[in-house]
Amino acid sequence: MASLTVTDEQVGATKAKVIQPAWVRIMHWVNALAMILMILSGWQIYNASPLFGFTFPREYTLGGWLGGGLLWHFAAMWLLMINGLAYLVTGFATGRFRKKLFPITPSGVLHDVRAALTFKLGHDDLTVYNYVQRLLYAGIIVVGVLIVLTGLGMWKPVQLYYLVALFGDYPTARYIHFFCMAAICAFLVIHVLLALLVPKSLRAMIIGR
Amino acid sequence: MAKRSFLIPGVDKRLLIKDSIKTMPDVTRRRFIAGGASLGALTLLTGCDVIDSSSAEEMLKQVSKFNDAVQAFIFNPDALAPTFPESAITKPFPFNAYYDLDDAPDVDGKDWKLEVGGLVDNKKSWTLDELYKLPQVTQITRHICVEGWSAIGSWTGTPLRDFLKLIGADTRAKYVWFQCADKDGYNSPLDMRSALHPQTQMTFKYAGEILPRAYGFPMKIRVPTKLGFKNPKYVVSMEVTNDYKGGYWEDQGYNSFSGS
Repeated sequence: MASLTVTDEQVGATKAKVIQPAWVRIMHWVNALAMILMILSGWQIYNASPLFGFTFPREYTLGGWLGGGLLWHFAAMWLLMINGLAYLVTGFATGRFRKKLFPITPSGVLHDVRAALTFKLGHDDLTVYNYVQRLLYAGIIVVGVLIVLTGLGMWKPVQLYYLVALFGDYPTARYIHFFCMAAICAFLVIHVLLALLVPKSLRAMIIGR
Repeated sequence: MAKRSFLIPGVDKRLLIKDSIKTMPDVTRRRFIAGGASLGALTLLTGCDVIDSSSAEEMLKQVSKFNDAVQAFIFNPDALAPTFPESAITKPFPFNAYYDLDDAPDVDGKDWKLEVGGLVDNKKSWTLDELYKLPQVTQITRHICVEGWSAIGSWTGTPLRDFLKLIGADTRAKYVWFQCADKDGYNSPLDMRSALHPQTQMTFKYAGEILPRAYGFPMKIRVPTKLGFKNPKYVVSMEVTNDYKGGYWEDQGYNSFSGS
């Protein structure tokens, strides 16, 4: 019987090793591709009528010209929206959001930010997100929802007029859409940098453990 | 040792490559240099000017057609574009075209006639004076350009659906196709449901004045449920048709429905 108990523990230990379930990994990489396509084509569209006194270098835009950028943007949006919706539904249904991202307490965030800045934030247990991660991951989901809603509002300002009204008016939705993109780019830089600093987290997002 | 025999004696390999790059066309050169980078590969996929990657382009075209269908499906003919008070009008309202204002059509209103054709009972042409006698309405709406900018303007004219009824158009047809006086022959198809939308208008006045040359004299089609390029100016003819005849920008890749 003793050997049986040991076996059970071993099974339990093996199961606990799975840090990122398959659905998270698949949706993560689909989202990564969709986001990159959306950002690069979005920069192409931005360049046609810049909101600010700069344009994005042509080398970092997708589509060749405005028409091509729009084709990419309105094709990749399906990938982004369907994948994003599936992620939200699964995230809530499986309780992953509740278990992984909450609670987010101000004191916890302050503590972990301080620890991170002094390089004392540990990553021994990748199954538990620290408060900085929780805040960033929950925050970027909100930004993702915002950028899709402003995007849909700009795509259909008459049919979905209530979406535009929610954000004020059409030009305001455009600015919010832009700032959400900027937030996603900033997130992307930090996210990739930290993944490279903690390579086992990158491995977990590829092979799951 | 054998490899060496391929090299030209006294010629620096790197300089040779540099020189040969210089002979490439500019865009190819840039892509050659960026070669290997995934971004470079992505820009190749779009191939609007140099390399035709037909599979990516075909895929994008198909998705754009799918988007036409989705937009037609969610189009609610009763949903009205928001209207604004006069104080919200953008001043000056921008002139926008693929040419300078100096190259804009300079139409003589006395000679101009609107040709009407296709699936209509009465194909008589209309002079400007005749059109001016039709009942007109004014609406202040937001013009949204495919480029992203927008501007609020005041347009006055005859609802297109009233005119289509007047000429006995077959409103079960799929499109109203407009031809314009712009250089290079501007044209654009308008799906029938958008043509029958209550706010779609044959516009004769901007801000209460006869439509100036910059905004499409003598007649513009104002469609507040469409992007700007689907609001043709300097219109010379309209044809009611079941055939998709393409359009100036639509043929170049702008989404054909482009509804808002």
